[in-house]
Amino acid sequence: MTTDIAAPEAPEAPRPTVSLDGRSGGRKAKNTLATVLVWAAFLLALVPLVWIMWTVLGRGFHVLLSATWWQKDQSGALPPGFDTNVRGMRHALVGTLLMSLLTTVIAVPIAILTAIYLVEYGRGRVARVVSFMVDILSGIPSIVAALFIFAAWVTTFGLKIIPACASLALAMLMIPVVTRSTEEMLKLVPNELREASYALGVPKWKTIVRIVLPTSFSGIVTGVLLGFSRVAGETAPLLLLAAYTPYLNENLFSGSMAALPTLINNQFLSINDPISGQRVWGAACTLILLVLVINLLGRLVGRLAKVKR
Amino acid sequence: MAKRIDVKDLDIFYGDFKAVEGVTMSVEPRSVTAFIGPSGCGKSTVLRTLNRMHEVIPGGRVEGKVLLDDQDLYAPTVDPVAVRRTVGMVFQRPNPFPTMSIKDNVAAGLKLNGVRNAKILDEVVERSLRGANLWNEVKDRLNKPGAGLSGGQQQRLCIARAIAVEPQVLLMDEPCSALDPISTLAIEELVHALKDRFTVVIVTHNMQQAARVSDRTAFFNLKATGQPGHLVEIDDTQTIFSNPTVSATEDYISGRFG
Ligand SMILES: Nc1ncnc2c1ncn2[C@@H]1O[C@H](COP(=O)(O)OP(=O)(O)O)[C@@H](O)[C@H]1O
Ligand SMILES: [Mg+2]
Repeated sequence: MTTDIAAPEAPEAPRPTVSLDGRSGGRKAKNTLATVLVWAAFLLALVPLVWIMWTVLGRGFHVLLSATWWQKDQSGALPPGFDTNVRGMRHALVGTLLMSLLTTVIAVPIAILTAIYLVEYGRGRVARVVSFMVDILSGIPSIVAALFIFAAWVTTFGLKIIPACASLALAMLMIPVVTRSTEEMLKLVPNELREASYALGVPKWKTIVRIVLPTSFSGIVTGVLLGFSRVAGETAPLLLLAAYTPYLNENLFSGSMAALPTLINNQFLSINDPISGQRVWGAACTLILLVLVINLLGRLVGRLAKVKR
Repeated sequence: MAKRIDVKDLDIFYGDFKAVEGVTMSVEPRSVTAFIGPSGCGKSTVLRTLNRMHEVIPGGRVEGKVLLDDQDLYAPTVDPVAVRRTVGMVFQRPNPFPTMSIKDNVAAGLKLNGVRNAKILDEVVERSLRGANLWNEVKDRLNKPGAGLSGGQQQRLCIARAIAVEPQVLLMDEPCSALDPISTLAIEELVHALKDRFTVVIVTHNMQQAARVSDRTAFFNLKATGQPGHLVEIDDTQTIFSNPTVSATEDYISGRFG
């Protein structure tokens, strides 16, 4: 590949003088402008967040400090205007936790198996159809999911509505969220690890269970907890399928069951009454706190999983 | 322990693309065979057909025969998982399992295949790490993560992991290309020691390395990009480097090419 004849050289053009001291004025101005714009956008995005926290904490935080708030339900409450006692939201917190947990138990296995199918096995048309259905599912309004469960449960099977029905509807909302996040996490696992495992004579399913899933564990947990948070704040399916009750109900399979969002909805009907207002903001505050705790928990689990490495 | 490999009229495809054509060669037991050739000529592709890793890639398929001591690896009754237990592999970039300790990495092949006995596992871990010249460096931190080692140590860890399952053949795809010269030397010495127990096939883009570590050398080439690669010749390393049969080989080795 040696060439003896050198390519004819272009006549040397006069070189522009380049100054090395400092950036040119125009570029500096653009840089400043961009910095200012980015910061302005950031602050603008921050405004609603701070505002929400300010409002909810300002109006609701003192309610959390009331002795009865965590211990009592709303039984014995007088009609709006006559009551002088906030009482508690234990019934709603327990309901939210129970229904969201059942939702998680139903949705997570389905979602993770779907994600494993899509990332590790799915090829061709079947995979495209499954992926498309997950997209559709994530676009379904929560109230429609509730109606669907109602129709299936009552009309098709002729059963009585129970709080667990709300969990079924919520699961329909949680499945696409967790499927998509798990999919992303599985895709992040380098193919080299799978190949390293295959090269040891480990079958594919065992490679997935023992290598791929542990490697993406903390990411999957984070996705599950995000899904949990999303579901814990849902209202429509609870209104339709769990109704609201002022009493504590710990049985997912009978009666009505309160939840924090439905407690808010119930008390909002008489929001002008100061006691109702306190309950609304107290419940909102509790809900935010719950989501916060769940997220911290997720980070902790992720951290612990990493430490074990 | 070590087995011979005979490849007969092997064509290798990625979907409709024929990547390698008409390879016929044999690999002697207890020897090191090096694959050299310009990038993209199909060295890795051929290597990966020797333990049926090629078909892991969607669309990957072969035509022809690969015999391991007269048994056709591509016969319909053969289980690819069992083939990979017999023919181990070390990859270009060190890839220890990030969730596992050094010890668990080495034991992974046995553990994932159901061996639970702690005593056996400890023995295998020590033997394999010694076999990979890594024992002295890691014996005090067996429970630390494998990802915390240096690149060269990680690669020897991967070799230990591969030999822990007692394969007959060890395939290595440019195992030194991501390593510094000192680590490279350590791996080369290791390859030399490994051939007492295993049949070793090593892909390298480094001709000096091929000359240093191998007994036999196979030269692969490519007529043009987009054309399938092919085996030009395979012979004793001495012969290939001093007096090859085909002029293209000589051109490649002397650097007058590619
Ligand atoms: N996963 C793949 N899918 C499709 N084509 C591939 C894939 N891997 C390699 N090839 C093609 O196969 C040919 C041989 O590649 P490879 O075996 O990696 O060459 P080498 O290892 O000699 O550099 C190249 O043309 C390459 O583009
Ligand atoms: Mg290669």
